[in-house]
Amino acid sequence: MSSHSDESGKKLGMWLFLYTEIILFGGLFVLYAVYFVRYASDFIEGGKELNILFGVVNTIILLISSFSVAAAITAIQKKEKKMAVTGLATGLLCGLVFLVNKYFEWSHKIDSGIFPNSEKLVDGPVGQNIFFGLYYVITGLHGIHIIIGMALLFISLVFVQTGKITHERFSLAENSGLYWHLVDLIWIFIFPLFYLVI
Amino acid sequence: MKITQALHYFEYKTLFMVLLALLALTGITVSVSFIDLGKFNVWIALIIASTKGAIVLLFFMHMKYEGRVLVFSFLGTIFFLGIMISFTFWDVGFR
Repeated sequence: MSSHSDESGKKLGMWLFLYTEIILFGGLFVLYAVYFVRYASDFIEGGKELNILFGVVNTIILLISSFSVAAAITAIQKKEKKMAVTGLATGLLCGLVFLVNKYFEWSHKIDSGIFPNSEKLVDGPVGQNIFFGLYYVITGLHGIHIIIGMALLFISLVFVQTGKITHERFSLAENSGLYWHLVDLIWIFIFPLFYLVI
Repeated sequence: MKITQALHYFEYKTLFMVLLALLALTGITVSVSFIDLGKFNVWIALIIASTKGAIVLLFFMHMKYEGRVLVFSFLGTIFFLGIMISFTFWDVGFR
């Protein structure tokens, strides 16, 4: 091979980016925590409006998707192409199901008058307005990450299929996997904060 | 110059056990949330979430076999996240 590529450098670069993501969501969690301390009872009331079932199902879906993506990375290194494609496709499918769930969840909330700047929230308790504001910002930003993650998984899937990603060069798949796991990791913290109403 | 990537991976079986552990912890955190423990509910939920996060990080994200650069830079990020959280509460708490 004539062109050199620095595989561990690519991974380090990906991690540096992931650190900024951790700080980004970390900042939003701090915001949540500070307002939770100030408006504890409103946050608890707000949390009761969220359907715990959606949260649990989406948690399970993301955990399964993370597992299948991790299995796909193992499969690439073991030269088991079929397994790799299956793993990535399963991860993609789980991402899609997650978004569909989110769609139904958000529509239900919007139908019952809970959305940013809605009359119910603006005229209601301040704490609940903040709770649902954070709910839409954090889960919305997380949803955007799911979409980006799915795009990366899809590209990896195509490249594995066409043989561009092999057991010798799989940085793209590995880094896409890292991104996907981070999105899962963030959800692991979102879930108890909003649905279990700490 | 190293062109190919070093091969190190977890077997499917290990990954599957990790998934089962994560699902079990999810079950625990949901069941505990129905028991009223006052202030401790928050801490238990956060401890379980952190445990799950650590498992994802170590196994799915391969941090378990990464070198010092990634391990320490990650810990550094968590350290600064800790500063951000603690200083914010320090400020808010003494206003």
